[in-house]
Amino acid sequence: MKLHEIRDLLQCEVLAGEDDLSVDIHQVVASDGMSEILAFAKSRELMITGLTNIQSIRTADIAGVSAVLYCRGKRPDKKVIDFAKEKRIPVLATKMVMFDICGVLYNQGLKGVS
Amino acid sequence: MAAELLRESYEIQGKNYDKAGEVSGEIKVLLRDLGIDAVNMRRVVIVAYEGEMNVVMYAHRGTLTLVLTDRDINLEIRDEGPGIPDIGLALEEGYSTASDEMREMGFGFGMGLPNMKKNSDEFRIESEVGKGTFVFAKIRLNANA
Repeated sequence: MKLHEIRDLLQCEVLAGEDDLSVDIHQVVASDGMSEILAFAKSRELMITGLTNIQSIRTADIAGVSAVLYCRGKRPDKKVIDFAKEKRIPVLATKMVMFDICGVLYNQGLKGVS
Repeated sequence: MAAELLRESYEIQGKNYDKAGEVSGEIKVLLRDLGIDAVNMRRVVIVAYEGEMNVVMYAHRGTLTLVLTDRDINLEIRDEGPGIPDIGLALEEGYSTASDEMREMGFGFGMGLPNMKKNSDEFRIESEVGKGTFVFAKIRLNANA
């Protein structure tokens, strides 16, 4: 599934990487715990989190995920968005809560990592 | 005896959450530029990042030294801090002594040290309460290529 399809499906705002939304997403890792992301992400996933500080993008970079999606209407500050742009990590934000996001994406055939 | 190709040391400031992770980010760029394969690079930077976060969260200051040889990458993380009273317990997944501040950063759920161990081929912790902690991790370059 393309990232721009996920954007449309979840009514996301694109905060970074507007030009990189053609990336293919097959798997999803979702958590507010960064160590959990690091433990389970295998690389190239969509990372869903409610944690919007700088560590969310650092973790995304270290784990090698393809994109970050902030849930439940949370917005990172400009410094975090600029850092994501520097690292070339697309960033989306939606008002939906994590449970609903995961449900919608699962129904579209995306799977978690374990 | 493995031939040492590169040795880099990085200072880590305790409690500086803004800079937390910068060292690991630098290491990722360095390893990518050196042409280290993606799987091993990922293992090294996860160990480095979790180790760096532990120093930032718990210690006053620390040093991370990366040693690249023709066979492996070694990380040595040494800090001046409170030390770990029970290393066996600290290595159990889920065990945590983190503060609310640490959890707000997205860390401190008792997975840091287990993640480091899981991503290493050799892993060793030495600690003295009230003095500090030393962590050694070896990632073999041929093991996962």
